[in-house]
Amino acid sequence: MDYIIEGIIGAFKLILSLDKEIYSIVLLSIYVSFASTVISSIVGVPLGLFTGIKEFKGKRLLSKIYFTFMGLPPVVVGLVTVLIISRSGPLGSVRLIYTPTAMIIAQSLLVTPIVTGIIFTNSKDIGLEIINICKTLGANKRHTFFKLIKELKTLILVATVTGFGRAISEVGAVMIVGGNIKGHTRVMTTFIAMSNSMGNYDTSIAMGIILLTISFVANSFLYNRTMGDSNGYKIKKY
Amino acid sequence: MKNIRKLSSLILIVMLLLAVGCTQDTVESEEQVGGELILATTTSTENSGLLDYILPDFEEKTGVEIKVVAVGTGAALQKGMDGEADILLVHAKDREETFVAEGHGPKRYDVMYNDFVIIGPESDPAEVKGLNVVEALTKISEARAAFVSRGDDSGTHTKEISLWEASETAPEGDWYVEVGKGMGDTITMAEELEAYTISDRATYLSMKENLESIILVEDDEILFNQYGVIQVDPSKNDQINAEAAEAFVNWIISEEAQELIGTYEAYGEVLFNPNAK
Repeated sequence: MDYIIEGIIGAFKLILSLDKEIYSIVLLSIYVSFASTVISSIVGVPLGLFTGIKEFKGKRLLSKIYFTFMGLPPVVVGLVTVLIISRSGPLGSVRLIYTPTAMIIAQSLLVTPIVTGIIFTNSKDIGLEIINICKTLGANKRHTFFKLIKELKTLILVATVTGFGRAISEVGAVMIVGGNIKGHTRVMTTFIAMSNSMGNYDTSIAMGIILLTISFVANSFLYNRTMGDSNGYKIKKY
Repeated sequence: MKNIRKLSSLILIVMLLLAVGCTQDTVESEEQVGGELILATTTSTENSGLLDYILPDFEEKTGVEIKVVAVGTGAALQKGMDGEADILLVHAKDREETFVAEGHGPKRYDVMYNDFVIIGPESDPAEVKGLNVVEALTKISEARAAFVSRGDDSGTHTKEISLWEASETAPEGDWYVEVGKGMGDTITMAEELEAYTISDRATYLSMKENLESIILVEDDEILFNQYGVIQVDPSKNDQINAEAAEAFVNWIISEEAQELIGTYEAYGEVLFNPNAK
């Protein structure tokens, strides 16, 4: 029992000590996950909206594919990414392995289906309604698209924050493509996994607390935004 | 006024150009190798803090940026074979020699050594304390006392297999647990299971304060643990930084680096003894 209490005390000491290494790890984590969430949203939001609202042949198959990819295990994503970007892989000459860029690529592959899937499942009814209203008001395609984004901003926010949560908490993909290199690619989750295997419970707990805090802040932000939304429709995460 | 502004901006531009020129000069005047070097090594060298202690000296001297990938020896050698690393610092001499013999690297050099220890619960159910390795392993298998094996094709795992062979016992049965994890995880699991395991001394010492397991068998010649350095064959692909890798080999076997290794102390003990020839 003692080591748990000692660990928690040590954790707070570490957080308050403003240790440079710890904070650069935190910043890198946020940077990598934020970048991959942005990329995923740029791809996932239009894709989810388009395939979600439009009726076409094979839509059911597509939704099955989306759901499968939403549950991709991070280690599999890591493995696929590493096969492509390793020195002897097809993109080997770009020299991406063990870099933050590689981690962003892997996390984007992981998060894009999640963003797409959430938008896809939730945009159909409300989306059609908005489009019909826009049509009656005589808006062109571009205007309709931006109106859609504007009306569905809560949904898009939910999708992005969920995606960010997934990115920042996964360890499998970044461990494989990043290699947990000190000062280069060490992020919060790989740091926790490593300290844990070395028996340094206080640093593990400290990083765990920081990670939870970031999740909490992101979700509080989401909560505040969605509370103020008057659309009144319910969003399913899946 | 306008003229003054023009003049001052001109001066600024000239100064900027000069500054750029100067920095280029300094870069050229120092004979730095530069670039990036991927070092595949074992967890023991990184987790013990040795690399943090010695690598800044190399980076300062050569301007090379080292990326340390800490994996098991088996995985490190595989990275070498695939050309995914530039240089290897590992500990499984026979396999390293095979690696060189198969043409994956030009030459292998001794760098340093330490030793393995057999650790286990203080209660010592198989009564192995103070025995030599062969006797100890025989007793553990006879008593069917729990033993945790790395099972991950690492240098320590390779060593463990050779020790079982030396004791002429086959580790088979419920009591022999292969976990497929790194040294730290394996020690933690052995601790939880009140089992015996084999560890390099450096990793054990680094975790000692959180452990109840103690060293039961040590100072046996057979437990000697030699580390070696190998440059990966540069013809594997065009991204291998051969120049930096060569500089690394020359540096780590140089007197200065060897002295650095020998002065590294952690947990009140010298962890690695330099022995490059």
